[in-house]
Amino acid sequence: MSDYISHDHEHDGIDRRGFLHCMAWAGTGLLWTISGGVLASRTLAQIAKAGDSLPSATDLSFLQISDSHIGFSKDANKDVTETFKIALDRINAMPTPPAFLIHTGDITQLSKPEEFDTFDQVLKSCKTKDVFYVPGEHDVLNDGGKLYRDRYLKSVEAKGSGWYSFNKNEVHFIGLVNVLDLQAGGLGQLGDEQLEWLEADVKDLGTSTPIVVFAHIPLWAVYPQWGWGTSDSERALGYLKRFGSVTVLNGHIHQVLQKVEGNVTFHSAMSTAFPQPAPGTAPSPGPMKVPAEKLRSMLGLTSVQYKQGKSALAVVDSNLS
Amino acid sequence: MTTLTAKNKTAVLLCGIAFLNLSLFAIAGEMKSDDSTSSKQNRIEIKDFAFNPQTVTVKSGGKVTWINRDEEPHTIVSVEKQFKKSTALDTDQEFTITAGAPGTYSYFCSVHPKMTGTIVVEK
Repeated sequence: MSDYISHDHEHDGIDRRGFLHCMAWAGTGLLWTISGGVLASRTLAQIAKAGDSLPSATDLSFLQISDSHIGFSKDANKDVTETFKIALDRINAMPTPPAFLIHTGDITQLSKPEEFDTFDQVLKSCKTKDVFYVPGEHDVLNDGGKLYRDRYLKSVEAKGSGWYSFNKNEVHFIGLVNVLDLQAGGLGQLGDEQLEWLEADVKDLGTSTPIVVFAHIPLWAVYPQWGWGTSDSERALGYLKRFGSVTVLNGHIHQVLQKVEGNVTFHSAMSTAFPQPAPGTAPSPGPMKVPAEKLRSMLGLTSVQYKQGKSALAVVDSNLS
Repeated sequence: MTTLTAKNKTAVLLCGIAFLNLSLFAIAGEMKSDDSTSSKQNRIEIKDFAFNPQTVTVKSGGKVTWINRDEEPHTIVSVEKQFKKSTALDTDQEFTITAGAPGTYSYFCSVHPKMTGTIVVEK
């Protein structure tokens, strides 16, 4: 247990008594479920002890990986390629393989072609072949994201600087770009063109359609002092308010944080490369050095499961230790 | 004696174009990027996601050098596009510009836009 989780006690009207004590720090593996509007979580260990099981007869399960930072080689993790491989090994070992992966950005450290090459090469070992991407700021450093778009948007009908949507089973997925054309003094940004596209994209969907939004920088104000937020995310969320189930996945902050606001669940994933400090606990959000034996417990991936007929999506974080 | 072959004709032409470009920058009174080492007094250290010092005053024609001491890449981008932006600077990499016309130049890191700074150029 810890106080790392940032959450909102206002604006949502949900009774979340008992919610706070369920907030737990990354590394234990958490099952998140929403039932009757009440969010609850149990650690994987608690589930095993109770003889409970993970959701079965799952209609759709997919996996989120994030912030692989291939090319980083500083003290916080001198071999990010190796920890990325370990994450893929975990995916390959899952009893029920995920239908696809979502990578929420920062594939590379410095947007170098050879870093993208290494990522692509290592990814070949993953049995799950379908991967959907959104860029992190590290992937678009010097060319406005051209190299990224040329490589990673081949299987989608991307618009503008690389946003798109697709449907899997009954779920509508939306990949957003909030790392380009950032303004001095500002946060992550979606921009008018993308927001107009989003409004049109969801306009004709029924309110019972489960929505999954994924972007690199959080679409909620995690810690604006460190740039951990998106300036125009409120407008985006306004278009999604009428839906019964909205799950927003992001990376960027290299730690698990979760917040529920109305029907919207925000969830940020661990990195496969290095941890970052909890909001405000360090002079800056740079890579956090931890003892070598602790590192893999602070890296990880996120599994998301959707059951037909149930609006809730279960989100489970697992570390690499 | 050097003869003007087709190959070095091209080189001469390219040099000429490069010279012309630099001249244009100077005439326009803009700041231009410069790879040479600058004097120590106008150094801006990038540490903990901040430019330090945040404001630097420099004489026109003087140099300003940024050095990145973070483990994160950072960039130097003029808010009003008054000088050429840097590429992403990795740890310990530097970027130098020569100050042009007097004025106040705001800049930021396009990767972490919360990071902002100012260069004041005096006559």
